Amino acid sequence: MSTIKKASVTAIAVGIGLVAVTACGSGGGDKSDSTSVTLVTHDSFTISKGVLKDFEKTSGYKVRVLEDGDAGQAVNKAILSKGNPQGDVFFGVDNTLLSRALDNGVFESYEAEGLDQVASQYRPAGGEKGVTPVDSGDICVNYDKKYFADKKLAPPKSFDDLVEPQYKNLLVTENAATSSPGLGFVLGTAAKYGDDGWQDYWKKLKANGVKVVDGWEQAYNEEFSGSAGGKKAKGDRPLVVSYASSPPVEVLYAKPQPKEAPTGVATGTCFRQIEYAGLLKGAKNEKGGKALLDFMIGEKFQDDLPLQMFVNPVREGVRTPELFRKFGARIDEPQTMAPKKIADHREQWVKSWTSLVLK
Amino acid sequence: MALPVAFFAVFFAVPVAAIVARGLKVDGSWQFGRIGEVLGQSDIQQVLWFTTWQALASTGLTLLIALPGAYVFARFDFRGKQVLRAVVTVPFVLPTVVVGTAFLALVGRGGLLDELWGVRLDTTVWAILLAHVFFNYAVVVRTVGGLWSQLDPRQEEAARTLGASRTRAWWSVTLPALAPAVAAAALMVFLFTFTSFGVVQILGGPAYSTLEVEIYRQTAQLLDLPTAAVLTIVQFAAVGGVLAVHAWAVRRRESALKLVDSAAAVRRPRGAGQWSLLGFVLLTVALLILLPLGVLVQRSFDGPDGYGFLYYETLRSADGGAFLVPVVDAIGNSLRYAVVATAIALVIGGLAAAALTRRAGRLVRGFDALLMLPLGVSAVTVGFGFLITLDEPPLDLRSSWILVPLAQALVGVPFVVRTMLPVLRAVDGRLREAAAVLGASPWRAWREVDLPLVRRALLIAAGFAFAVSLGEFGATVFIARPDNPTLPVAVARLLGRAGDLNYGQAMALSTILMVVCAVALLLLEQLRTERTTGEF
Repeated sequence: MSTIKKASVTAIAVGIGLVAVTACGSGGGDKSDSTSVTLVTHDSFTISKGVLKDFEKTSGYKVRVLEDGDAGQAVNKAILSKGNPQGDVFFGVDNTLLSRALDNGVFESYEAEGLDQVASQYRPAGGEKGVTPVDSGDICVNYDKKYFADKKLAPPKSFDDLVEPQYKNLLVTENAATSSPGLGFVLGTAAKYGDDGWQDYWKKLKANGVKVVDGWEQAYNEEFSGSAGGKKAKGDRPLVVSYASSPPVEVLYAKPQPKEAPTGVATGTCFRQIEYAGLLKGAKNEKGGKALLDFMIGEKFQDDLPLQMFVNPVREGVRTPELFRKFGARIDEPQTMAPKKIADHREQWVKSWTSLVLK
Repeated sequence: MALPVAFFAVFFAVPVAAIVARGLKVDGSWQFGRIGEVLGQSDIQQVLWFTTWQALASTGLTLLIALPGAYVFARFDFRGKQVLRAVVTVPFVLPTVVVGTAFLALVGRGGLLDELWGVRLDTTVWAILLAHVFFNYAVVVRTVGGLWSQLDPRQEEAARTLGASRTRAWWSVTLPALAPAVAAAALMVFLFTFTSFGVVQILGGPAYSTLEVEIYRQTAQLLDLPTAAVLTIVQFAAVGGVLAVHAWAVRRRESALKLVDSAAAVRRPRGAGQWSLLGFVLLTVALLILLPLGVLVQRSFDGPDGYGFLYYETLRSADGGAFLVPVVDAIGNSLRYAVVATAIALVIGGLAAAALTRRAGRLVRGFDALLMLPLGVSAVTVGFGFLITLDEPPLDLRSSWILVPLAQALVGVPFVVRTMLPVLRAVDGRLREAAAVLGASPWRAWREVDLPLVRRALLIAAGFAFAVSLGEFGATVFIARPDNPTLPVAVARLLGRAGDLNYGQAMALSTILMVVCAVALLLLEQLRTERTTGEF
């Protein structure tokens, strides 16, 4: 027998052993039985362990969480695997992507128990029946309080302010083609200035020195002068497109906790994002999936959400945590847009925006 | 041979083909017209042009900067050489999210260049090029330096004695001997930079886009599969061409050269010229590699109340963090995944190398190049391909943890093959025959003749596969996984949240990843044999 054959035999033996170990490792075999329910979501999903335990105790189902990349990617993968989904429930499709998922028939229509407890502004209207709103958040311009105090300049409040000369070269935003806050900000301007006016607005914004980077991480942690990361990176842009919940988060993760958030929110620059969950068509455990959806708009889950994912609960009567009330801003009149309209225009708008702002 | 072929078919060829077919096949008929349509778009042409020229420029720049390094590492003996050789390899196995952050600190605002001369390179093409040098420095140093250290210096000396000038001797003796190694290194660098993803995204800003970035955008963001499919085919063709040339260069490199023990050719630098060359190389390494890495370390200790271990200590707590589990668990996850991935890569790569040693003609040689393909194919394509092909029992692996190490192994296999192949080929069959004549059973002959000869190469291959799996980010992030993040995934996630603690923890985790990689590579340095051990 040649060496090579010898080596091959050994290697195959090792290989077989490995497969055996693997098989044992994934023991328990088929996990998609009726005693467990699988939640497919994006990788920003978190929830307290205790809350999941609570669901497992009351419903009798074990929960498996499957994270599938960022929000856009997770939705697209759900579309690609429709009919033979990776789990039972999908969470994390927002109003900018909802129509794409619905048009592709990813979801089995189900009206969650307790949907009537969800504030009417979040409740699905018309085309979005069959999915369950779970949380909402606002994409807004944040400002560095220290910068504006030092310069004795009033921070901007609205979209109109941002094109004023005193705010020249101060704003950094994200690429609308690759970043969801970036897209949200563009949609906000489209909602505010209309299908015909938003491009003019961006021309002015560009002339006023808006900087565009690829993702939120760079914008917020590198370019923005108000965030902890940005301070270390010597960021020099005091205005950034981020979330209304970013200031409280800055406070939460600062040690020791400051008395006041280092950043503020320009409340007139917000675009509302709503995240939905739905029952996947072809779910192996439909009953369990429905129970999980009911649970997600229940009080326990809704109560836990804000401090886990820094979003607002949608259920009426669930208060936002003190941290948000103390350090965050109330956004009373955010820009909104129907998912259908977003789906119809999204690609064209992103294309026009790209050639207008990036080229 | 059957096992590696099956492995590549199931976990690479079929998924990639399936996702391409999904894009190009409408109602059962192929829409090849799409290819011309997509390639006719001016923005796609721009992407193609940029991808190509930045890869060429990066390759040229890397060679220019790293070749002196290769010489110094090959010929000079100086203190701390082993450590330094491990350190220059660290960037190569670090995930781009980490490197991007580190690099911004060097060439971005407030970076060293900015402080000294007010020069900022972020969002310019220079930042991309320099980062590519940072990443691929080790490829040149290891591939070219490995051979250079074993070239017999007496050949050059003989030429000098015969009256050739120093330049002439180098030009007509050393360079021709080195050429295949330089070509192989250059092609690898070209391959890595042609398919560059994270670096371009982070450092280039939205104005620059490579083919790989465009494929990601079209697939993961826009779900425009037809366009993605066309781009994948284009990239495939380009990468295939590069690999074919690479395979040819490697065969040339393996061709008989008079090699000597590298220890014999190494000496202390002599004279002002050689010392300043060493100084120049050390300076470039310090500026280009140590400095960006150092910034990460510095930021990981730079807490709100001065320097301290705050970010490291908080890694252990689970409450209020970005995960269901304490962040520190990511280290354990990463190590476990990397061990399994290494085992898979060793089995598959070892078998493939063993089969290739037989030199069974063109077909097998083609397979050699084929094994490298995963390095040049977009991770998002593979990830999405997994989703639509591995979805039927018994191979419904979509949500199984094993998919992560499998994807990592796909990237590790090429390194195993490239390390093992030259060593396996060098084993003299007569030794084995002699053992057999002396009455050893085949098993015993293998154990006492072959194993000792290839053991070190095996360990080095394992170490490289391990380090590469540890830092692997692309494939990991594009497949669904239960909430047990690997280190690079955890870093990316922490960077995706606001707040000082998250940012600091990301830096701390990056530092840990760096140290683990560096230790693994340093152990490899201890194992380096005096004989050639392949390309890495």
